Amino acid sequence: MRSPRSLVGGAPAAEHTVRFDGRELPVQPGQSIAAVLWAAGILAWRTTRGTGAPRGAFCGIGACYDCLVTVNGRPNQRACLVPARPGDDVTTQEGTGHADLAV
Amino acid sequence: MLKRHSPDAVIIGAGVVGAACAYYAARAGLSVAVVDRGPVAGGTTGAGEGNLLVSDKEAGPELALALLSAGLWRELAAVLPAPVEYEAKGGLVVAPDERALTALRAFAEGQRAAGVTAVDVDAGALHELEPHLAPGLAGGFHYPQDAQVQPAQAAARLLAASGAELHLGEEVTAVLRDASGAVRGVRTARRELAAPAVVNAAGTWGGRVAYLAGAALPVLPRRGFVLVTEPLPRVVRHKVYAADYIADVASGSAALQSSAVVEGTPAGPVLIGATRERVGFDRALSTEALRRLAVQAAALFPVLADVRVLRAYHGFRPYLPDHLPAIGPDPRVPGLLHACGHEGAGIGLAPGTGALIAAALTGTEPPLPWGPFRPDRFDQAPPPQQPHQPASAPPPHPPRRTP
Repeated sequence: MRSPRSLVGGAPAAEHTVRFDGRELPVQPGQSIAAVLWAAGILAWRTTRGTGAPRGAFCGIGACYDCLVTVNGRPNQRACLVPARPGDDVTTQEGTGHADLAV
Repeated sequence: MLKRHSPDAVIIGAGVVGAACAYYAARAGLSVAVVDRGPVAGGTTGAGEGNLLVSDKEAGPELALALLSAGLWRELAAVLPAPVEYEAKGGLVVAPDERALTALRAFAEGQRAAGVTAVDVDAGALHELEPHLAPGLAGGFHYPQDAQVQPAQAAARLLAASGAELHLGEEVTAVLRDASGAVRGVRTARRELAAPAVVNAAGTWGGRVAYLAGAALPVLPRRGFVLVTEPLPRVVRHKVYAADYIADVASGSAALQSSAVVEGTPAGPVLIGATRERVGFDRALSTEALRRLAVQAAALFPVLADVRVLRAYHGFRPYLPDHLPAIGPDPRVPGLLHACGHEGAGIGLAPGTGALIAAALTGTEPPLPWGPFRPDRFDQAPPPQQPHQPASAPPPHPPRRTP
């Protein structure tokens, strides 16, 4: 099958890893966090504020804000835009991701 | 489609004030049509925060209208659907130092005499009310009568409840008058609407509508920005602001003023208002205004320093030189009524305004004396004697002194 990868003869390999909810996931250079999660078969990494329904990547281009995730303790990062950097600690975001601030 | 039926009144403006006028006029048994060049809440209403405040008003006619309106909002909250997001959350005004606290105390004493509940909160108790509040504040006052609504929803639901005939996206191009000078309706690009009374609820654009009807009303725009944060759990319980906001509201300066009013919303985002500046209808974004709001909000609530701002919005408050709205029949033009110029308080003052206008339209006793709100009070010369008194026009009420 002709794929972009076969056309350029590419054989990318994981260069480093990020952690997702404690799991080490391989990262190829240039991958977004959403790409890393999808490649590992993970489709949901956030729950909604109202009903706790699962959410993952939807538009994939930074427009819909559905793929929000907590990266290095900071919630509401768009997984489809944020590059996966060596050693990033990605965690499932529940609701606003700011439950610790509630009074 | 041509409607043969003529309403009892045409209301120009589908913001919250026009909607409240429609609601109370309909409740008084009148049929009304509402015309707006844009959508519902497309002007200042849609750019507001939904403040229903008594706390920022000194004793006087505006406070009397705010107290009347606060009671009416409580009644409306029971009949309007849940999306209006009415919250009787109360306000908390904080003083950074003893000097500000002394001034705030004197201000609150005057308000109490006028019927406002203002509860002393000493420095130690502030954090029981607002755990995230910055340390080191001198004290404050809690105003349980302050409340909040979602302003666009409030306008839309009031309009729906009024049953008013709606003409949106139709700019009024003329206010029609008969040979005697009395108003007999309005013209839009699509139709003529005949009515014995026309209510100018065009907010910041009320001066233009008044001009179309042959009357002068010096409404000026006063721009304001609001910051919207990412959704948060409840981190701010009340409407919280620093005492200098009151001075900003009362100021007539054209220069940029800002004092953060911080509040949570049922949807999650925290809203941070409000700047005030007189720059005409300039829609350009002012990074300085946004910067100041962010700095002041973070000074009040340090926790907000690490919270992301999603967006900002801005609008134009309808400003009259004495900071009071123009409400009631215009003695210069029979059949013309005004309900505009509420500056930053239009959401809060809308029901009282609507009740006053309904009283004017039906010739019944108004719930408040409207002397201070007379639309012709800015005229240089004393108002001329009215030569005409057509039967269809609302009877002018004699101005009375406010208690």
